[in-house]
Amino acid sequence: MQRLFGAAVPLLAALVAFACGAIMLVAVGADPVEGLRALVDQAVGSGPRIATTLVRATPLLLVGAGITIAFRASVVNIGGEGQIVAGALLSTIVAIQLPNLPGILLVPLVLIAGALGGAVWGAIPGALKAYASVNEILSTIMLNLVAVQFMNFLLRGWLIDPLEVERGTRIPQTARLSENATLPALIPGSRLHLGVLVAVLAAIGAYVLLWRTPLGFRLRAVGHSPEAAKAAGIPVKKSIVTALALSGSLSGLAGAILVFGSESVRMVTDGSAAGFTGSAGFNGIVAALFGGLHPLWTIPSSFLFGGLLTGATGLQRALQVPAALAVALNGIVVIFVVSSAKVRTRLDQLANARSEMKEVLKDA
Amino acid sequence: MATNTGEVMLEMRNITKRFPGVLANDSVNFDVRAGEVHTLLGENGAGKSTLMKVLFGLYQPEEGEILLNGTPTKITSPTHAINQRIGMIHQHFMLVPTLTVAENVALGLKSGRRPLTDLKAVARGIADISDEYGLAVDPNVDIWRLSVGERQRVEIIKALYRKAELLVLDEPTAVLTPQEVDELFAILRDMRNSGKGLVFISHKLHEVMALSDRITVLRNGKVTGATTPAESDRSKLASMMVGREVKLAPDKPLVEIGKPRLTISNLSVDGDRGAVAVDGVDLEIRAGEILGIAGVSGNGQRELAEAIAGLRSVKSGSTISIDGKDVAGMDTRDRRNAGLSYVPEERMRDGAIGDFTVAENLILVDHGSDEFSARGMFKFAEIETHCSQLVSDYAVKTPSLETPTSSLSGGNIQKIILARELANEPSVMIASQPTRGVDIGAAEYIHSRLVDARDRGMATMVISEDLDEVLGLADRIAVLCDGKVMDIVPVEGATKEQLGLLMAGVKS
Ligand SMILES: Nc1ncnc2c1ncn2[C@@H]1O[C@H](COP(=O)(O)OP(=O)(O)O)[C@@H](O)[C@H]1O
Ligand SMILES: [Mg+2]
Repeated sequence: MQRLFGAAVPLLAALVAFACGAIMLVAVGADPVEGLRALVDQAVGSGPRIATTLVRATPLLLVGAGITIAFRASVVNIGGEGQIVAGALLSTIVAIQLPNLPGILLVPLVLIAGALGGAVWGAIPGALKAYASVNEILSTIMLNLVAVQFMNFLLRGWLIDPLEVERGTRIPQTARLSENATLPALIPGSRLHLGVLVAVLAAIGAYVLLWRTPLGFRLRAVGHSPEAAKAAGIPVKKSIVTALALSGSLSGLAGAILVFGSESVRMVTDGSAAGFTGSAGFNGIVAALFGGLHPLWTIPSSFLFGGLLTGATGLQRALQVPAALAVALNGIVVIFVVSSAKVRTRLDQLANARSEMKEVLKDA
Repeated sequence: MATNTGEVMLEMRNITKRFPGVLANDSVNFDVRAGEVHTLLGENGAGKSTLMKVLFGLYQPEEGEILLNGTPTKITSPTHAINQRIGMIHQHFMLVPTLTVAENVALGLKSGRRPLTDLKAVARGIADISDEYGLAVDPNVDIWRLSVGERQRVEIIKALYRKAELLVLDEPTAVLTPQEVDELFAILRDMRNSGKGLVFISHKLHEVMALSDRITVLRNGKVTGATTPAESDRSKLASMMVGREVKLAPDKPLVEIGKPRLTISNLSVDGDRGAVAVDGVDLEIRAGEILGIAGVSGNGQRELAEAIAGLRSVKSGSTISIDGKDVAGMDTRDRRNAGLSYVPEERMRDGAIGDFTVAENLILVDHGSDEFSARGMFKFAEIETHCSQLVSDYAVKTPSLETPTSSLSGGNIQKIILARELANEPSVMIASQPTRGVDIGAAEYIHSRLVDARDRGMATMVISEDLDEVLGLADRIAVLCDGKVMDIVPVEGATKEQLGLLMAGVKS
């Protein structure tokens, strides 16, 4: 009952946000009903379109599920972008090094490599926080920048497609990666690939981890009360690093899926983070908030946001309105969700636990 | 004892007040004379606050009448009560944090310079009251800057400023440190001696014995006793409160003292502000022995406990060993594995997680053991069996194992912590303030559990500010003063006076 109500709040917030969106449409002289129809049609109007929406939602879901893990340990992970990039790079390198490995081995291998890359990129701010009291909100954001520059450096140098060098165009992208590493389609002929399933399983896994395992128990204990956790003998510092590493590993997995689920099967950038990630590292946070920071609710929430993102292109095309409108709509949803009471109490709890954590990390 | 006990100011006759499903006051009689402290004593939920809210016009009783100075009066609202010279210090303070002391005192009063408030006049009034009763407060400081004790003083001033003659204090000591309690009692005695009538509400026996002129005991809404400190003692009061014989000091069978289990030598620890908090302490506790640590709070007790538990670093040269194993370099986890268990002083901060369920708090320490998990996954069936067993063994009153722990009473939360900490038959237990703020019934239970574990060979350190608790539980008593052990005395023959002197740093 309470759970149902908990779900109703963000939905209500979304409705209000849509109402605001409609007003904006009217303001630019467009028909909101037509706009909504175009948006929905583009998002879920046909099989292939649904597939596109689901594929688009996949990285959001992975990042979002990771956010919920970090959040339960009262750690804030804004480093999704960097962790996606780190995961993508490591998995790309693996695929380049082992092009002839059969798919049955290579696909799992590149996914693991992605998770590993993201985990390392998450563990760094985790360790900085645990052992040097560096605020992880700052360090994760900084590491996003570092990851992007590192990506540009590698894609322009060591990893660049030899053809680009030959032709002198020097677009920062890798060569086509081994076909063996391509994520298999779930339905033959469809764009729907294994990554979507992996993401859903990862979200369920996050739930199981948090509420069914001793490890998750420790993370939640640290998240609720670092003082009590410490007195009970739970290693607070290690738990912080673990939470960020796990959170990062899911983002890293998203990075691998972005590379090996793409039609080009290569890693390509325009020099910015969003050029590769499509801002999934940030949109995933929104999806997690919209899902009440619960890994299972993050599943429908991510699909909704995926639909909103793909639908926005339809809206833009049908009504000839600027793309910025879709971004604004997104922002309005975020504002309403974050200001809803339930999410607010969650965030307040987070703030309390965090100030306590500061104390714990300070002494011994 | 008050000398100038005067005429009856207040008489409450046969007051009955019902709430849906609860008879909060059942035909209660209560009266207050000028110049006395009349205590209302009772466990949580006995109906003390309800009776006083009836007096203050917050509730209308179903039956009964109130006489003020002999005149039957129907008190319709708090304003009415204040006009009748009744003042009330609620359990939760009613001050506006962003306003100054003077502004809070003036709030809701008519001023001589209407519609403007004359804060200068108010400040002068406050200064007069402050002088008369030693209630030192700066009228011009914002409330949020004040400590809890100071806020309470502002509440008292507020009531006195409104010319209260009858003052009700609802559990005023619950939020205070022991020193603040002493200060408050001095103020209350002054007020009593100047002829005011005071109602003091508490469930702490030693405070009640120290301050009261008369005592009325409530249980489940009924008066179960009316007495005075002279005619009564703590255990009589306790039985009236609980409704059965209560053992304030547990039965302690003679047991053979075994080998040393906890050995501490030359332990020095820094406090939070850097200064030395524990200074070269040597202690040894043997199997089957309870060592009581007495001392005025803030003399190194907390740091001592935390250092043994591995939550605070020790200075070099300190050694701590459990069953002969040196644990000084170990973290808390490893010390617990070596046989240590720990009941922290701050129950809700360090002892339990309020947002966790009862079951989760019961496995907070042992959640990773093979008993509760296999291949990284919890075995919920085993956890449930274990936790239901503990809940019934320790008589924890909870609707279910899934209930959020913060919704339980302090006594039940403490039982959960104790159940968890004793579950593994530890070799050494550090128990800090094990029964502070806990109902008498629960305290009795906790004491008997600690003694049982001692009888089975546990070495126990009980740190308490309550000398009666230390004298009742301990086999030997170490007195801490300024971070040093003043003396260690056997409990036989130890007196409060002797301990009090040691606590004050006087060595005989
Ligand atoms: N406003 C209320 N509504 C319903 N029940 C109440 C209310 N106030 C108190 N009670 C109940 O009345 C009983 C006495 O409460 P209270 O007077 O607050 O006890 P005490 O102050 O002695 O701890 C308790 O069972 C409590 O739950
Ligand atoms: Mg009360």
